[in-house]
Amino acid sequence: MPSPLVSFTGAHAPDRRDRVMCGDVGITTYEWGPVDGPPLLVVHGGFDFARTFDVFAPLLAAAGWRVVGFDQRGHGDSDHVELYSWDADIRDAMAVLDHVADGRPIPVVGHSKGGSMMVQLADAQPYRFSHLVNIDGIPYQRRIPDVAEHVRTKMMASEITAWLDHRRRTAGATRRPGTIDELAARRGRMNPRLSLEWLRYLVTVGAREDADGWRWKIDPSMRFGGFGPWRPEWTVLRLPGLPMPFLAVFGTEPEEMGWGTEPRSVLSYLPADGRAEILDGVGHFVHIERPHRVAELVLDVVGSPT
Amino acid sequence: MTVPVTQVVHNRVTLALHRLRDGDGRPLLLLHGLGESSPPSVPTWASAWVGPVAALDFTGHGASTIPRGGGYTAEILLADADAALGQLGEATVLGRGLGAYIALQLAGTRPEAVLGAVLADGPGLAGGATFPTSQSFFALPPAPVAPDPYALVELSRDLRPADYAAAFVRLAATGSRLEEPITVAAVHRPPWLVAVADEPGVAEASVADALRRYAGA
Repeated sequence: MPSPLVSFTGAHAPDRRDRVMCGDVGITTYEWGPVDGPPLLVVHGGFDFARTFDVFAPLLAAAGWRVVGFDQRGHGDSDHVELYSWDADIRDAMAVLDHVADGRPIPVVGHSKGGSMMVQLADAQPYRFSHLVNIDGIPYQRRIPDVAEHVRTKMMASEITAWLDHRRRTAGATRRPGTIDELAARRGRMNPRLSLEWLRYLVTVGAREDADGWRWKIDPSMRFGGFGPWRPEWTVLRLPGLPMPFLAVFGTEPEEMGWGTEPRSVLSYLPADGRAEILDGVGHFVHIERPHRVAELVLDVVGSPT
Repeated sequence: MTVPVTQVVHNRVTLALHRLRDGDGRPLLLLHGLGESSPPSVPTWASAWVGPVAALDFTGHGASTIPRGGGYTAEILLADADAALGQLGEATVLGRGLGAYIALQLAGTRPEAVLGAVLADGPGLAGGATFPTSQSFFALPPAPVAPDPYALVELSRDLRPADYAAAFVRLAATGSRLEEPITVAAVHRPPWLVAVADEPGVAEASVADALRRYAGA
């Protein structure tokens, strides 16, 4: 892997990069650690990409794991396609699991949307998982309190209309170019707790440099937020039946990209072989703010091959 | 005889909008059911409409683009129908099965442009479970021809909670200039459609009666 233009203490580019085909959709994978080590999958969140694990993954790799990450479709260096959906993302993850694990159960660590997706896959196909770690990826209830029904309906209307208007004009759209600092500042508005140095590093591994400036690689047709029939509390209802050792790691500081879940409200849903760690004073990107502590917690559950 | 087809661009998908009958006045937009495609001419079940008639092939169906690797949701098909509506301007919408659910969503989200939505029986009317299940996932080979198998699988199990569907009725009733902007003509009533039929602003009538009434609106 080429060296990034901006360095960040503790960040290591992946040792290997590969391409997995999920049908005719190309998914880019990254690996840190020994090629002959036992595989461990890390799954990024929405609007992120695998290289956001550049600090966290090497800490697990140092313990002997062959850590495998992948860019979800439309993110990072994976294909931009016609359609995006939760189920399609889960299928793509299955293709990567088939590629790296060949049917054997392996440990999986998922952050945010990636964590919630893996809870659903672990419930549907538990044989793929030896352990499951969920980093701030358990949505709970997102009802807006003290709002009258007609106001709620109006909010839904404006959300859907904005989304449809976006769909009408998204053909041929490109992301706005900028300097490394400008893109870092834009990302910083959604991730106010992350340092500028980290955000600048992320730009150099998650954006591409065109003639007129840097652009985030994420598909411009994708849009933050959205609407639909999915209920956040459905993830938590899948937890109690999970058969594999399970660890949930929560941050407590609310952030725009987080689920807003109050950790204590989901503790009673943990599976029989499950535990939760709540890290006070940490935001949604728990593994980025406290990489060593989270790696330590993960290794405590999955063990160290070396 | 082939009918003229207008290409409607929806992001990376090109949709086929079949102009089954041209003419003056507000058009009727037909939305087909799951696994179907637009009919080659104005079908007998829509013959009560005397004005122009257009029919849309949803993504992965008929002459529209088959996407790579699936990823279908009802909401994407709503955006398909919305792109067609953007070409047609004001329209009355008649949906069969899956198309009925999309017609409901379109009536709720574009209430000023949809002058009446008729929800009729057809394939894909019910949708999937509306509670968490352990429903599994599997990859399918690329589809050489429509309909896309991913569309058949994903849109036969997409989530249609009753309260979510009913919210589209309320949006339609709030924003439409019609008193009853939705008409349920379907005999089969899955839970989402039972909830829709119970909402104020929803009529129950045959397809023919509903079309005649909306034609005069």
